[in-house]
Amino acid sequence: MKSLEELKAIREKMQGQVGFRDEGDDGIRVVVGMATCGIAAGARPVLTTLSDKVQEKGLDKVKVVQTGCIGLCKYEPIVEVIEPGKEKVTYVHMTPDKAIEIIDKHLVRGQVVSEYTLDMK
Amino acid sequence: MFRSHVLVCGGTGCTSSGSAQIIESLEKEIKKHCLDKEVCVVKTGCHGLCALGPIVIVYPEGAFYSMVSVDDVPEIVAEHLVKGRIVTRLLYQETVKEDGFTPIVDTDFYRKQHRVALRNCGVINPENIEEYIGTRGYEALGKVLKEMTPDDVIQLILDSGLRGRGGAGFPTGLKWKFASGNRGNVQKYVCCNADEGDPGAFMDRSVLEGDPHVVLEAMTIAGYAIGASQGYIYVRAEYPIAVERLNIAIGQAREYGLLGKNIFDSGFDFDIELRLGAGAFVCGEETALMTSIEGNRGEPRPRPPFPAVKGLFESPTILNNVETWANIPQIILNGPEWFASMGTEKSKGTKVFALGGKINNTGLVEIPMGTTLRTVIEEIGGGIPNGKKFKAAQTGGPSGGCIPAEHFDVEIDYDNLIAIGSMMGSGGLIVMDEDNCMVDIAKFFLEFTVDESCGKCTPCRIGTKRMWEILDKITKGKGTLEDLDKLEELAYYIKDNALCGLGQTAPNPVLSTLRYFRDEYVAHVVDKKCPAGVCKDLLSFKIDPEKCKGCTKCAKNCPVGAISGEKKEAHEIDTSKCIKCGVCYDNCKFDAIYKV
Ligand SMILES: Cc1cc2nc3c(=O)[nH]c(=O)nc-3n(C[C@H](O)[C@H](O)[C@H](O)COP(=O)(O)O)c2cc1C
Repeated sequence: MKSLEELKAIREKMQGQVGFRDEGDDGIRVVVGMATCGIAAGARPVLTTLSDKVQEKGLDKVKVVQTGCIGLCKYEPIVEVIEPGKEKVTYVHMTPDKAIEIIDKHLVRGQVVSEYTLDMK
Repeated sequence: MFRSHVLVCGGTGCTSSGSAQIIESLEKEIKKHCLDKEVCVVKTGCHGLCALGPIVIVYPEGAFYSMVSVDDVPEIVAEHLVKGRIVTRLLYQETVKEDGFTPIVDTDFYRKQHRVALRNCGVINPENIEEYIGTRGYEALGKVLKEMTPDDVIQLILDSGLRGRGGAGFPTGLKWKFASGNRGNVQKYVCCNADEGDPGAFMDRSVLEGDPHVVLEAMTIAGYAIGASQGYIYVRAEYPIAVERLNIAIGQAREYGLLGKNIFDSGFDFDIELRLGAGAFVCGEETALMTSIEGNRGEPRPRPPFPAVKGLFESPTILNNVETWANIPQIILNGPEWFASMGTEKSKGTKVFALGGKINNTGLVEIPMGTTLRTVIEEIGGGIPNGKKFKAAQTGGPSGGCIPAEHFDVEIDYDNLIAIGSMMGSGGLIVMDEDNCMVDIAKFFLEFTVDESCGKCTPCRIGTKRMWEILDKITKGKGTLEDLDKLEELAYYIKDNALCGLGQTAPNPVLSTLRYFRDEYVAHVVDKKCPAGVCKDLLSFKIDPEKCKGCTKCAKNCPVGAISGEKKEAHEIDTSKCIKCGVCYDNCKFDAIYKV
């Protein structure tokens, strides 16, 4: 390595990975239901897609976490977006593609993708 | 990319309680559940809460599991990693809330801490240089080499007010300035003191184990500032994990071009080598350390000349402590004002302490200078076990002194501690409660210096031994009041005449206990009693016939058959046979045995 640019490139590549180990709980939480029902309905690829994309885009205020059964098994895979001071948004019948849409629209631009939310079903 | 990181502490404390096996088992279980593409296991340095190790933290949730055993691993993987259910029974108790858990940073142990030197410990994988770079590692070095002159660097360190963390508290910038003349024309050296000989201290070990690159980066910066091209880290061989990680770090830094020739294409060359010490306390003293690096027997030499003028191999040399180094890159990145905004007027920044002795949260803490001893012990340290009363805290180890309860609210900084007869030292903080005998403590530390004296100068070699003999006499009930005067006279004589810091500070534990606990000395001498019930020659064990139920446990346990009595009747101790081992006292279920 001979230049600051090279150092910066490594830093940017690694920042997401190390920043991932952040203690704060003041940001947005994206919660994926990962009980047996969720996993059976395909929640795992949804979870990994969400987690990967959030890190790729460097959304360091967003945490993608899993939870147990949310209690609406027939709507699985379910993803909840919980933002401090705002009402919880529940997305249902998620797929990896829909998840990417939610990241781009909801998490980046702040627009709820209402066609996938629970109250639309 | 991983959706979850499982951090396992790989510091010495957690390693000795089995964290390596936990890592192995985690990796196996994760594979079994086909999660190895989603979840990674990271071995980190020390988190500080050593009393609760092994520690495992799962992100992104930040669930802090303590006292984890290999048997718990399948549950963590199947419940938490597969199904997203926190394993509440393993959570650090302080973080458990009714509806989940609080982040670890909100617990009493962490809330008042401020991590500068320890910022990466327990957060990054110390064996991966890229993780260090990910937390702005080597950015300060880049900035220094590309944007600053050597004099700018020295001025910046001067402005920050940083003082050495190895004990004496000498201003770091000033030390560098003294060694900065004649750049480019003479061979100079940069050394790191990682000898850490203070019993009970493990601050430096934790930095080296948890964040080795920070020391390499800082030493390289100093090399540029004073015009040196070679560095040495003097680390004790008894720190095998630290040595291994330093070796890995040096190898990676060379591979990335961050050590070696022409760093960042600036024309500046710098390299670092390790030198292993055999663990002699005196080798932490700067001139003895350099003598040892030169390949000679580790003995001090007179100062002046100071190392900045004539140090290692007779060349201008700077030596700084590990923790001092760990502050340097942060000061350069965040500016001297940032650093000087923490702490007190003459002691800037933070200080790492290793808490030990009679304290609940044995471990490593980093606090802003000026934090009170009370906060450190009661809040961060979680207080004293078993509801016992605080008696004193020893700082500065065998060179330092005790801080008694009357100074519990002292704001910890260099000058305040000196003023009350102790010193900051390198950061060992040993807590004593009402069950500790202060004469015995003084004797303990003196025994250490007697052992560790290199023998080169008479005051230290013979004087400390004479002091120890007097203390031994006192603890055996054979001391006189004149002995106390003699002890003091000897103490001042040794302080004034010993060749190096070891002898000059060796009498401090005696002087400070005499200052604050003279009544305990007098009780040993005049009443022939040890008020804390520690000195065996001055106490005997008795059985209270009212409380004794005749369970016979004491009689069965007594190794010398000194206890007799019929079943279900009060027992008795034959004091002529008793060796005062205390087994009966420790094991009586009815509190029937007492010391007099
Ligand atoms: C007997 C004795 C032992 C010492 N042991 C250590 C030690 O283990 N680690 C350390 O950093 N400094 C130790 N010192 C202090 C060093 O001599 C020196 O002051 C220090 O390493 C300078 O670094 P600093 O300015 O960054 O504190 C010791 C001093 C004496 C007199």
